[in-house]
Amino acid sequence: MVKVTVDGLPVEVPAGSSALQACEAAGKEIPRFCYHERLSVAGNCRMCLVEVSGGRKPVASCGFPIGEGMHIFTDTEVVRRARRAVMEFLLINHPLDCPICDQGGECDLQDQAFGYGADHSRYRENKRAVTDKYLGPLVKTVMTRCIQCTRCIRFSTEIAGVPELGGVSRGENLEITNYVEKALTSELSGNLIDICPVGALTSQPYAFTARSWELRRTDSIDVCDAVGTNIVMHARGAAVLRIVPRINDEVNEEWLSDKGRFVVDGFRRRRLDRPWGRVDGRLQPASWQDAFSTIATRLKNVPGERIGAIAGDMCDAESMMALKDLMETLGSSNIDCRQDGAKYDTSRRDFYTFNSGITGIEDADALLIVGTIPRQEAPVLNARIRKRFLAAGRGGFPIAMIGAPNADPTYAATVLGEGPDTLAKLAAGELPFADVLKNAKNPMVIVGHGALTRPDGQAIAKACWDLAVQVGAITAGWHGFNVLHTAASRVAGLDLGLVPGTGGRDVAGMLDGGVDVLWLLGADEFATDRIGPETFVIYQGHHGDAGAARADVILPGTLYAEKPGTYTNTEGRVQEAFRAIMPPGDAREDWRILRAFSEVAGRKLPYDTLEALRARMARANPVFGQPAWVRHGTTDTTAPQAGPVSVSSDPFRPVIADYYLTHAVCRASPTMETCSGIYVHPAIEAAE
Amino acid sequence: MGTLSKAARSMLLSELVTGMSVTLKAFFKPKATINYPYEKGVLSPRFRGEHALRRYPNGEERCIACKLCEATCPAEAITIEAEPRDDGSRRTTRYDIDMTKCIYCGLCEEACPVDAIVEGPNYEFATETREELMYNKDKLLANGDRWESVLARRLELDAPYR
Ligand code: SF4
Ligand code: SF4
Ligand code: FES
Repeated sequence: MVKVTVDGLPVEVPAGSSALQACEAAGKEIPRFCYHERLSVAGNCRMCLVEVSGGRKPVASCGFPIGEGMHIFTDTEVVRRARRAVMEFLLINHPLDCPICDQGGECDLQDQAFGYGADHSRYRENKRAVTDKYLGPLVKTVMTRCIQCTRCIRFSTEIAGVPELGGVSRGENLEITNYVEKALTSELSGNLIDICPVGALTSQPYAFTARSWELRRTDSIDVCDAVGTNIVMHARGAAVLRIVPRINDEVNEEWLSDKGRFVVDGFRRRRLDRPWGRVDGRLQPASWQDAFSTIATRLKNVPGERIGAIAGDMCDAESMMALKDLMETLGSSNIDCRQDGAKYDTSRRDFYTFNSGITGIEDADALLIVGTIPRQEAPVLNARIRKRFLAAGRGGFPIAMIGAPNADPTYAATVLGEGPDTLAKLAAGELPFADVLKNAKNPMVIVGHGALTRPDGQAIAKACWDLAVQVGAITAGWHGFNVLHTAASRVAGLDLGLVPGTGGRDVAGMLDGGVDVLWLLGADEFATDRIGPETFVIYQGHHGDAGAARADVILPGTLYAEKPGTYTNTEGRVQEAFRAIMPPGDAREDWRILRAFSEVAGRKLPYDTLEALRARMARANPVFGQPAWVRHGTTDTTAPQAGPVSVSSDPFRPVIADYYLTHAVCRASPTMETCSGIYVHPAIEAAE
Repeated sequence: MGTLSKAARSMLLSELVTGMSVTLKAFFKPKATINYPYEKGVLSPRFRGEHALRRYPNGEERCIACKLCEATCPAEAITIEAEPRDDGSRRTTRYDIDMTKCIYCGLCEEACPVDAIVEGPNYEFATETREELMYNKDKLLANGDRWESVLARRLELDAPYR
């Protein structure tokens, strides 16, 4: 720790901090444009000037290292004049665009010009104009507004790991460009919008839609992947207009994946906003009473073992609890939350969670990735791996992958092989990477659904666990066995026991006529065409997708934006989302639908309020009662069950075919469709 | 004042005479009232009457959907929705003023960076129904077209004092 004085206030900051950090520690606000906590220091905007003792000129505090006993002055006449002058220079070439600029109202340049600038301009010459660049369908550019802070360049090279942005020319003529006219190939490109301090990079789909002061903000959780990214929903009236990340250093820092951000225009399209019932083979609008009584009548005399339920990938824990309780009262143990057919040993929680934690990645010193492409399955988590990779320096964080030979993970990773054979070789110590893992202090193994959704998934999970134990990844202080989930509801589902009970059928077993009545809770991601022709299907969900198309009765449910809900991310972290908007039409909160139906069916569920239901969840699994998630090791290295199927040698297949179209909401979103056309199927687009 | 002089004044009707003399003087003075609606009073260029949305001489709408008037309006009478027009420019798709909410303070006009929303000299827009006072974009633009010459003159006259 180093002692410095800021405006007479003594503060202690870690050695190696910058003057700006010291000022922040002292609670002084330093204006800045190019400096960003999570990016490298560029020091090119000069807005952060302060005076330091012994210096003759003001210094740029963001890049100025502190020394013991240094005095920093942030509010002297010299500093004030320097800031005013810098501001004047920045505004020389900045257009008077505020009224038509989407950043207006939340713009650093506006705020700081107001706070630190002069009251008028003395500039009478012509302003510079810059041609706009094409960065793809998500990021809109108005490059004349750029103040050349280079945050975007640093973000794309450092965080996103796609060095596609750069600067050409110098001085006044510096232009930010992507060199060739091509969409940015990052799943994190939306963060450029947040990171650009001015309105040069703004959101294309949100263009001109609303002003920041009109929006109502609600904290929520992203359910497009299993990372549990903390988000804020910005709504006006009855619509969520945009989604932005919320800072949570433990989970997403301040990033959000493009899918989680831009899926928002799917919220209002293809919605199920009233109950439907199938009459003479065609779906007809129905009332809630009709829909419920149709189901109740159909359920009569159907034995419990002929009823099944499947929970989808975006469900909140509350509705899954209610579904499970309903199935229990109906005497059925055919329930499953694993649409993709993944296999886990659910007898212990650390067999199916990301035990090292997302922050744990930063403590790891060797990583093995098995059967997953984190860049697509969890872009924000992938950014954390890259962060660790960069922080460790060359060779400091060796990463190896099994499967996904052609994916660009955004960090240097050795592809050891493509299938479980490689895993066996690794366990036998035949590959040099085995020693790397063994010698590492905190080795990490991430196993994904490319492996777990195979028939031999459980055996592979066991092999990974054994390997982890063998290399000393599971100790009292460190848990290096990690399951990377792709479905936001999965961990909560497993926690609540949404897996077939004894003699119960799983998803595959319920298909092909395995059950007579099938209740789908937002489940679209399985082979709906394999549901037996005689099976009576109830679809409860929010979007008209595969499940609803096959349904005999449709019960309109709610999106994650429209209900208070609990979600458990891949780490097992329980997080709460709040209601941002009301559901459309007749749609109701999912657990209330199940609760209401239970009454019609004469098997009333014992909770009337959300609190009572949450208490029920906490009884079902205590993790729901304790909000704080803590990382922990374990001394119990008993391996998970290997399952009945022994390991085959087929190569691992990627689980995500199209990053932009993985669930019903993004399939309803025009923006996601455009992205899919541009990024995933460029050939088709060109041919059209 | 004594009882005596009070009695004398009331006997001589002096109060009445004073009053009547005022009436008589006023009778020969020019009239203060005007014969509305055939005659109208003069309005200051700053008079704040019915709103109008103006256009540029080439016919392009001035309004750029910045929503500053909506934000500043103390009566929350203005509702705006916007989206990119086909040529990529920022335009309103909806511009409504609830004239029954409006308090005619003129803040919208002051907030407007492009002189698009203005309050014109027209105060004769009473209607039979309340609904007719919910102005939409078409109505406001039509107002602008009808009053443009007066509006432009008005702004010009007031410009030196802004
Ligand atoms: S586009 Fe934005 S982030 Fe990039 S250099 Fe310009 S102002 Fe900075
Ligand atoms: S005159 Fe005042 S109250 Fe009326 S619309 Fe304009 S800002 Fe609102
Ligand atoms: S913030 Fe220090 S130079 Fe830009």
